Amino acid sequence: MTRVAPAPVVASLAEQLRAVLRPDQVRDAVSEVDLYRRDASNMTGEASVVCFAESTDDVRRIVEVANAVGVPFVARGSGTGLAGGAVPPSGAIVISTAKMNRIVSVDPVNRLAWVEPGVLNLDLSTQTAHLGVHFAPDPSSQQTCSIGGNVANNSGGPHCLADGVTSSHVHAVEVVLPDGSVTILGGEEPEPDGYDLRGAFVGSEGMFGVATKVCVKLMQNPPGVATMLLDFADVAEGAQLVSDIIADGIVPAAVEMMDQLCLRAVEAFIHAGLPVDQAAALLIEVVGLPAEVAAHVERIRTLADHRSVGTIRIAADDTERALLWKGRKSAFGAIARIKPNYYLHDTVVPRHKLPDVLAQVYEIAERHELLVLNVFHAGDGNLHPLLVYDAREPGVADRVRAAGDEIVRVSVGAGGVLSGEHGIGLEKRDLMPLMFSDVDLDAQAALRRAFDPHLLSNPDKVLPRPAGCGDLHSVAGTMDGAWV
Amino acid sequence: MGVSLATAVTEFADEVGTTDPVTITGTGSRGGPVAGTRTVVAPTGIAWIEPAEMTIRCGAGTTVAEVDDALAEHGQCVAVPTGGTIGGALAVGHSGIRRLGWGPVRDTVLQVHYVSAAGEVVKAGGPTVKNVSGFDLCRLLVGSHGTLGFLADVILRTRPLPVHECWYRTDGDPWELLGALYRPVSVLWDGASTWVLLGGHPGDVDAQARSAGLVEADGPPVLPPYRWSLPPAALGELRSELPGTFVAEIGVGVVHHRRPRPRREPDAAIVELHRRLRAEFDPTGRLNPGLDVLAS
Repeated sequence: MTRVAPAPVVASLAEQLRAVLRPDQVRDAVSEVDLYRRDASNMTGEASVVCFAESTDDVRRIVEVANAVGVPFVARGSGTGLAGGAVPPSGAIVISTAKMNRIVSVDPVNRLAWVEPGVLNLDLSTQTAHLGVHFAPDPSSQQTCSIGGNVANNSGGPHCLADGVTSSHVHAVEVVLPDGSVTILGGEEPEPDGYDLRGAFVGSEGMFGVATKVCVKLMQNPPGVATMLLDFADVAEGAQLVSDIIADGIVPAAVEMMDQLCLRAVEAFIHAGLPVDQAAALLIEVVGLPAEVAAHVERIRTLADHRSVGTIRIAADDTERALLWKGRKSAFGAIARIKPNYYLHDTVVPRHKLPDVLAQVYEIAERHELLVLNVFHAGDGNLHPLLVYDAREPGVADRVRAAGDEIVRVSVGAGGVLSGEHGIGLEKRDLMPLMFSDVDLDAQAALRRAFDPHLLSNPDKVLPRPAGCGDLHSVAGTMDGAWV
Repeated sequence: MGVSLATAVTEFADEVGTTDPVTITGTGSRGGPVAGTRTVVAPTGIAWIEPAEMTIRCGAGTTVAEVDDALAEHGQCVAVPTGGTIGGALAVGHSGIRRLGWGPVRDTVLQVHYVSAAGEVVKAGGPTVKNVSGFDLCRLLVGSHGTLGFLADVILRTRPLPVHECWYRTDGDPWELLGALYRPVSVLWDGASTWVLLGGHPGDVDAQARSAGLVEADGPPVLPPYRWSLPPAALGELRSELPGTFVAEIGVGVVHHRRPRPRREPDAAIVELHRRLRAEFDPTGRLNPGLDVLAS
């Protein structure tokens, strides 16, 4: 690939950055910069410099240099994003927040904490566990993804069904705005004056500035937990049970579904005694005080009986509970046993459309001669079809792409949305018109311009670009390597 | 069931028009329209309720009472404070006293159609509870007092009606209660007494109340008229105030006070962001003219 920025310019930019940071915080050797060409998606970009910020001031200085030189910048946490959100725009400065990983303060009484963006999601819950609290959003990548990335993508996770996704768990964000000014959006207080700028910033995929501290809400750990595994001979029956439970007035902490191919892959991987001969299984967790947990478990049993449930397994202790969740959360790793590559999709459909849309997903995969596994947040209607393939097979990339495109269209056509938790990034940028008119997209562009008038903060993501601007990214490039 | 909102929304856009100053009102319970300005009202009526999706779509001019009544038939409710219209509650953005347990009003909004300053119907958000497709214009509009656009219709996330709820009163320390109780729906404190709302399975509610020494109460205290917003950790400073002059939402930070809120100066970068947003969304300042959201 041809470098977009000629070498002398790159050296100059790095020199300017070294003048405002410690020299070892600025890397511009090709071998190092190339490590930051991509996130966990298959799309690649071309950064010019990588800076390792250690403080808000560092980020501000970098953004000031970017403004002075007129080059774009992109903040990067752990790089686990799946939609290309952290793929650098051509010639961009990558601002790694990985070293900004301190938990700054914790208020155990009011259950909130200020953390730096590089703090890993699971570390936050682990390090506050002794206070009886946790950070509710729990993406499958929670061992490696960062809070800053969660804020950028408004990340979800299995336990967001009852408690909401990241936006519901962020009180405030200290940000370096794209013009280099530093401020706090939102606040510890519940009703800051003016517009909900915090709400606008969460989920803005790095295009509204760089988060340098986040004030998160911590949730009380539940006193009681029941984790149930229910299996079904018919995927549709299991999917229908999800709607039955919600319509009955029960909102479990989590309702996850795994289909047979997924159950088999995971069982071979972790040996949890999963029902590998059944068509699908639901992992349901109800939490709370003892009487309510017991009542909900009984009610779910009754509803499941009406949907021809096979067996109902209830985790006897924390060890078994952890094993069942390990099965769910290691699904993506287990899939490597089937084929070396996979493409993970992320769409949402109304819950009552799950049986119909799942049937269409299987039909689409079959028609494109692809294997599909489904492991997803059924309670939210948040589908995650995994198309597994071997990239060495000629022509397979086109089939994967075509099938994926159809899955997205079917989901939106069923009254759903493009993405439930992965974001739009580069991956779905050009599909936005499936959901939004030009007028709708103009309003989103106006919001973005208000935050970033010079369009320097992670440009070219989320909003489809007008035709004729050229394509700086290898969005439709070859699918090299495993997806995650 | 329900009304068809599509035509009403188009007609509403025509009424908002494209050029002259215009203001919007519901029932006037939250301040009403900007005086001396042509006034419009948003479409009314419930288009549908999907109990299994826990969603409702209604015109922004629909009263909260109508929505509450219709949802109650399905054993559901919505975390929007009572009184006035849905659009008014969202435009003002204040949450009810159940915010501690039910979350803020901004989290109820999934999708809106609003009419822009250019008189166009704009969709923001999506119909499902989980959705990260594009920027979160919905949250920006909640609390924007109609200065970025006028809400026409909305899809809201509902929640199950509590199986059982009970108010209690105690002389106990509110912060100790906040620490000891599991997810109380509300903890209110007036400097002397603490009121607690517990919800859930009756057996759990009774057991929690007993263990904390709570005594049943008729309901929450009367809330003083002015509304302050403080960091929840700062509520302890209210100990120096005369008991009974305020009711503080412990764990949240809203304080209902007899005195108007002290004026505060917003940060320059925040003022600039507001200026740019207003310039982008309503360049001529025709929507609710003269209204300063930073001072509202």
